[in-house]
Amino acid sequence: MIDVSHLSKIYKMDTVQTIALDDVSFSIDKGEFVAVMGPSGSGKSTLMHIIGALDTPTKGTYILDGEDVSKLSKDQLAEIRNKKIGFVFQSFNLLPRTTALKNVSLPMIYGGIPKKERMEKAKMLLKQVGLEDRMTHTSSQLSGGQMQRVAIARALAMNPSIILADEPTGNISSAQSNEIMCLFQNLQKQGHTIVMITHESSVAAYAQRIIYVKDGKIEKEGTPKKGKK
Amino acid sequence: MDFIELVQSAFEALLLNKMRTALAMLGIVIGIGSVITLVSLGQASSQSIQTQIQSLGANLLTISPGAQRSGGVREAAGSNTTLTLEDSNAIDSAHFASISKVSPEVSRRAQITAGRNNTNTQVIGVTPNYASVHSISMQSGSFITTQDVTGLKNVAVVGPQVVTDLFGGANPTGQTIRINKIPFTIIGITVSKGGTGFSNQDDIIFIPIITAQKTIFGIDYVTSISMSAANPNSMTQAQNDAGYLLLARHKISSVAQADFSIFSQADILGAASSVTGTFTALLAGIAAISLLVGGIGIMNIMLVTVIERTREIGLRKALGAKDGTVVTQFLVESIILTIVGGILGMILGIVLSLIISSFLSLPPAISISSILLAVGISGGIGILFGWYPARKAANMSPIEALRYE
Repeated sequence: MIDVSHLSKIYKMDTVQTIALDDVSFSIDKGEFVAVMGPSGSGKSTLMHIIGALDTPTKGTYILDGEDVSKLSKDQLAEIRNKKIGFVFQSFNLLPRTTALKNVSLPMIYGGIPKKERMEKAKMLLKQVGLEDRMTHTSSQLSGGQMQRVAIARALAMNPSIILADEPTGNISSAQSNEIMCLFQNLQKQGHTIVMITHESSVAAYAQRIIYVKDGKIEKEGTPKKGKK
Repeated sequence: MDFIELVQSAFEALLLNKMRTALAMLGIVIGIGSVITLVSLGQASSQSIQTQIQSLGANLLTISPGAQRSGGVREAAGSNTTLTLEDSNAIDSAHFASISKVSPEVSRRAQITAGRNNTNTQVIGVTPNYASVHSISMQSGSFITTQDVTGLKNVAVVGPQVVTDLFGGANPTGQTIRINKIPFTIIGITVSKGGTGFSNQDDIIFIPIITAQKTIFGIDYVTSISMSAANPNSMTQAQNDAGYLLLARHKISSVAQADFSIFSQADILGAASSVTGTFTALLAGIAAISLLVGGIGIMNIMLVTVIERTREIGLRKALGAKDGTVVTQFLVESIILTIVGGILGMILGIVLSLIISSFLSLPPAISISSILLAVGISGGIGILFGWYPARKAANMSPIEALRYE
């Protein structure tokens, strides 16, 4: 599903070079739930940007669903993001003053899906994340946990190859965090591939596999301690 | 995203900040409004001037004496006294096919009194031909007749303005007025031709031409000779016929030396329309500047909007919006802003020009072309000034935009 080999990302600011990623290689299979952990400045955000087709690597290849994403144009990247990647952000990033339904249907607008179909799919997805009674609420009328559920429904809208979650529980209470993580686990059981960036080991514990990143390199890989669930 | 949805979402985005949207629009409303008002006022005054000139008479040609030369010094045009009644009679008795009627005229201002009232107005010595050459119709009574002219009678035909000034509107036929203290009997009143100021054709008194020369002004020349051409196509022929006849009579061999000039109504009309055309263009130019300022206002607001919606733009791009889609979204917003502003400005312009033209008693002249132009221009401004902010939005990196606080 995801095949990353010898990936490097170097930022050049004037004469200063910053190596954010240094020869990183790993792969993620279809249906896996992987957590990427590391302290801030470790390069995990850069890694997420490249996996999320928001950025391209300086060196190396990134193959998503059999397609080399590392050398695509801006518009092609936009299409990859639309069709193959479902984003869940730390700060939700819902459109303000817009209903949950419209927020969920936003990627489908860019995917060129007709309006009627969009609305049906969005309703179905909101039901799936347990928000059937909040469909016409605007973002400001929802709690943090509810907003993140809307965001997860939105991530699922285009049936993406992977769901990419960046600190999905960073801005919500711990009780709601557990609900969100259980939702991710359910999605995995339904066959979705999930890549989650986090720095909390308690959150990473919900994943099947953990990739530890430090100083732009993969430090180690491991499985979470059992009995945590 | 189809077109209707695009427009819908643009409207929603604009309605989120009503005050800002209204202020941005105001620049365009004022710009388009002033373009339409000023252009239609310009056209109205140009039309009114043309109607006035046309009402001077159909196919009108006027012979004026040229500048006098005395010892090489050229004096003002019209200062010469070379045209006489005999010149006029000569043109008349030549019976040119190109000329239908000839009207010699003596025109000066004089002081008029009637009882306790008095006024200073244009007194014109005329022959009966004047009425048909200058399209004068009678409201009551009759115009100057041949008997009045040859009999040196002290009779006068007055314009409606004179009736108002001297008699307060009461019918003055048969009454006596004094021109330079000499009594004249009023025999008729002309129909109003309109006009204001210098060109007021109602503030006028007609008397027999020989009476005017001998009794009032003490001169033996005429101030101008008017002719009506047989038809609009014979204007040039009439000009040549009368011109060469006068050259021969005045014993002048070259046209350049002529001591008179002949100009047609078309010449005056042409000069007048070129003046009013320049005037209208000037006004439109001034209004266009305010339109430009309005456009810059739109650009300003759109730039602020783009910055404010940085996160939203980043999100949309992360969810798969291509650069072109983002450009279209913001362009549609600014075009809607300017077109709605343009329509409001159009309404404002129409209302304003109707009000102003009624105050200036001008005919309202709102041309469809100026309205279409204004709406087209406002749409164009939307594209022109919306382009830069829209490009700026599309060029944002989604990562940077999502990080923006």
